[in-house]
Amino acid sequence: MDYHSPASFAEASALAQNATGITRFLAGGTDVLVQLRSELVTPDTLIDIKKINGVHDITRNSDGSWTLGVAATGAEMSEHPELGHDWPGVVEAMDLIGSTQVQGRATLTGNLCNGSPAADSVPAMVAAGVTVTVTGPEGARDVAVENIPTGPGKTSLAKGEVISSVNIPARGENGGDAYLRFIPRTEMDIAVVGVGVNLRLDGDIITEARVSLGAVAPTVLLVEEAARAIIGTTLDDAALDALTAAASAACNPIDDKRGTIAFRTEVAGVLAKRTAKIAYARAKGEQA
Amino acid sequence: MSKLHVTTTVNGDEVEYLCDPRETLLDCLRDKLNLTGAKEGCGTGDCGACSVTVDGRLVCSCLMLGVEAEGKQIETVEGIADGYVLHPLQKKFIEYAALQCGVCTPGILVAAKSLLEKNPDPTEEEARYWLAGNLCRCTGYDKIIRAVMDTAAELREAS
Ligand SMILES: Cc1cc2nc3c(=O)[nH]c(=O)nc-3n(C[C@H](O)[C@H](O)[C@H](O)COP(=O)(O)OP(=O)(O)OC[C@H]3O[C@@H](n4cnc5c(N)ncnc54)[C@H](O)[C@@H]3O)c2cc1C
Ligand code: FES
Ligand code: FES
Repeated sequence: MDYHSPASFAEASALAQNATGITRFLAGGTDVLVQLRSELVTPDTLIDIKKINGVHDITRNSDGSWTLGVAATGAEMSEHPELGHDWPGVVEAMDLIGSTQVQGRATLTGNLCNGSPAADSVPAMVAAGVTVTVTGPEGARDVAVENIPTGPGKTSLAKGEVISSVNIPARGENGGDAYLRFIPRTEMDIAVVGVGVNLRLDGDIITEARVSLGAVAPTVLLVEEAARAIIGTTLDDAALDALTAAASAACNPIDDKRGTIAFRTEVAGVLAKRTAKIAYARAKGEQA
Repeated sequence: MSKLHVTTTVNGDEVEYLCDPRETLLDCLRDKLNLTGAKEGCGTGDCGACSVTVDGRLVCSCLMLGVEAEGKQIETVEGIADGYVLHPLQKKFIEYAALQCGVCTPGILVAAKSLLEKNPDPTEEEARYWLAGNLCRCTGYDKIIRAVMDTAAELREAS
């Protein structure tokens, strides 16, 4: 295994472009090292992106949007005085990952690119409309988070492409987001279902919404039917029932010891309802 | 495969080692620097027995490569006592019998010290969540939590 620590994303991209065999980028390493140690994946080339300038920065831009460096950790996100005020769902989803020790290293980008359908931060990012900037041999482009995973452990990134920043939209007025997951224990477990909801209100009426489900299909899903079920409503009982039905209908889960197909499908509906209620209360300013 | 040269600071002392890029920081601490306080309980980030701080941040040394330590400040359990004078946490762990086999203890001491530096007045719930990544198969956790809470109270009085 060759270890590189390039000083720029262009250099990281060129290293990956010219590498042969298995290439991995090293952010927090909480997936890469587990796979290395258990001999699941031994990269031939490992490209540590943490020495690139600015990769730990969390910046609020003048238009209210946020730019996060690709090595910003869960702990740094939780400690930030304002990020969690704008995007509590995204920060909480990231904070659910692992222990204090794992939080000290794990990143949004690593969680996304590891490609787990159960990755906790991904439904929250999809609901929030987060994009990532991808730097490749031909320059940089912005890609919506939902277009990165293509299946378990697989992404749409081409050889030589590296994510160079995470872009969270401006929160704007009367908006709120939330993420909930179901796990069999209270801490340190993998989501059986995860739900991210982000919405905006005009008075009591939902004018915009995005609903995303994790761990119920080969990739995290953006469920437009579920968003349509609540847009134009006050999140009354009829809207919540429609949301529940749409979330369950979108599920195509696996059956395993941690949750059967029937269980995951039902829980997705229930969690969608609960998550939407939190996002709604946040949008109204009634809940932090 | 060529080895990489790393210069880093461990418990205040500058140290150097040569490592294979696949070796973890835990391997390097134990096998190259003879600092065997950090333990390998699992090697996959689940047990916390390998806990150290890197630039003040609590991490699992089994989930970090030795080469990543270049230029960093590492603190391990060996640096907690001041010579033969035990740290208040260590004294309380003995007083409360907060250990049996002791395999988890170095990691828990490092993690608890890092908690008290960040939050000198944690609630019991905060302490339990902070230490959720440190597994102990012997004590049932209660004595550990009581030792940590009592140390916190004592340190608050002393300051
Ligand atoms: C004890 C433990 C508990 C965990 N609990 C959870 C949990 O509850 N929920 C959950 O979702 N996950 C969990 N995880 C998994 C892991 O911590 C997360 O997926 C984490 O966010 C990965 O981030 P990282 O920075 O450590 O990624 P790394 O391990 O550094 O990288 C992961 C993948 O992303 C790629 N990558 C990294 N950076 C880039 C980049 N800039 N551009 C392109 N590709 C890149 C790498 O090539 C690699 O394939 C847990 C892990 C452990 C060890
Ligand atoms: S040995 Fe590092 S967490 Fe278990
Ligand atoms: S004292 Fe034995 S594992 Fe904790």
